[in-house]
Amino acid sequence: MALQSSMRWRYFKEGLFFGLVRLSAFVITAALGGLLFYIFFHGLGVISWDFLTLPPTDSMTKGGIMPAILGTVCLTLGAIVIALPLGILSAIYLTEYAKQGRLVRVIRIGVNCLAGVPSIVFGLFGLGLFVVFLQFGPSILSGSLTLGILILPTIIGASEEALKGVPQTFREASLALGVSKWQTIYRIVLPNALPGILTGSILGIGRAAGETAPIMFTAAAFFTAKLPSSIFDEVMALPFHVYVLATAGTHIEATRPIQFGTVLVLVGLVLAVDLVAIVIRGTIRKRKRW
Amino acid sequence: MEDHPVIRAKGVNFYYGKFRALTDISMDFEKNRVTALIGPSGCGKSTLLRLLNRMNDLIDGTRVEGEVLFEGKNIYGPEVDPVEIRRRIGMVFQKPNPFPKSIFNNITYGPRLAGLSDRVELEALVERSLKQAVLWDEVKDILGQSAMMLSGGQQQRLCIARALAMKPDVLLMDEPTSALDPVSTAKIEELIQDLKRDYTIIIVTHNMQQAARISDRTGFFYLGRLIEYSATEKIFTRPDVKQTEDYITGRFG
Repeated sequence: MALQSSMRWRYFKEGLFFGLVRLSAFVITAALGGLLFYIFFHGLGVISWDFLTLPPTDSMTKGGIMPAILGTVCLTLGAIVIALPLGILSAIYLTEYAKQGRLVRVIRIGVNCLAGVPSIVFGLFGLGLFVVFLQFGPSILSGSLTLGILILPTIIGASEEALKGVPQTFREASLALGVSKWQTIYRIVLPNALPGILTGSILGIGRAAGETAPIMFTAAAFFTAKLPSSIFDEVMALPFHVYVLATAGTHIEATRPIQFGTVLVLVGLVLAVDLVAIVIRGTIRKRKRW
Repeated sequence: MEDHPVIRAKGVNFYYGKFRALTDISMDFEKNRVTALIGPSGCGKSTLLRLLNRMNDLIDGTRVEGEVLFEGKNIYGPEVDPVEIRRRIGMVFQKPNPFPKSIFNNITYGPRLAGLSDRVELEALVERSLKQAVLWDEVKDILGQSAMMLSGGQQQRLCIARALAMKPDVLLMDEPTSALDPVSTAKIEELIQDLKRDYTIIIVTHNMQQAARISDRTGFFYLGRLIEYSATEKIFTRPDVKQTEDYITGRFG
């Protein structure tokens, strides 16, 4: 009798716990699905060829968002150009060259801290250093540099993992053939780590495209119909455009559909970038055979 | 035939941090001979092997005392470039470790980076190296395919061919057959017999029959010391030291 009741209690606990786990997974999926559905539902209506290819008109209550799309693409590309080489080189230093000791530990802690800094802090830092002190002004250059620093920890982290994933035996085999260390890294280690580096980095790039705070003071224009012609131009950007329309526009309610349309384009852009990462990872997994 | 030592270790001590892995090793490795290094796990034989082409440099916190003379010159001298040493003293590892490249590019990787770029010469080198490693007939039609497609034994012979393509004087082998099946092992042992005409071979092995079969001289190591070193036949029939005899007959190890 006592045995039976203890068994029943155990089954109850088992069922409870399993239910809890399943619920968590369900809630997360539902939240993501709901979010996407909500954006699609409200945003899809305004998406048209004109919306994607024309500048805003009538105090941004009509027209398209082309300058903002272009601006976000410019800022993101700029951030990649700045952060990718810097991040990969730092990761190579940390994993391949630096003597594993206190200095490397301190650098790693620093990189991790950088990853935890709120993005508005990057924005203010970018304003102080790039816009004011270096006199780049609010521009693609200032914004890209700020976003580049923002995603640097992601890129360093991804690159370090990818470099560590290259078997030590490859390095030994190369060095034992009388190949120098740099040549070994350049010819053997890096090519084998590159897919992993790119996959991890692309996730960081998605983040750069979506950030508002870092570009608010450093690059983003409230409104400009003019398309950027140099890296010293101010640009519109998708996330900032949404922010402006939703808080400071002249007709906040009237522009709701445009806001949702802009968000939809932004989400679509980020998802497209993520998709590229997934495809790259897939092809590499198939090719990898060690 | 008179013996010419190609490599001479003189009073070598080796430390991993504070731990002394090798104590006062002095031994000569003769030209065109196969020298086997045997002993229980952790006795320092692999450490000694990796010390001979400065592969231990890659490990942080290691330190060498004494001299390793290669053709009369100390390879631990201040003006010596380890990269140059490794070109002259090749190495084959315990686990076959081909690069994830084609068979052809595995062989040409080293020579290309050493400056050889003529296509005809490279092709001749690939053929010659693969023939030396007795792999040519098996792979001559699939040189463009990934080396990862080959069997373990073929991969190991490819690694030997890759090392030979650098035209080294000495070939160091760190338990080259321990990851292979008996048939592949037999092939590699045969290969070693052929190679000693042109190369000096130093091989670490856990397999005592293997040492007895293929080597001319054998060194027995225990706890970082060279206990006994002489002709293989003598070591395996009438060793001078009791410890050697105990190890060979399987009483410990």
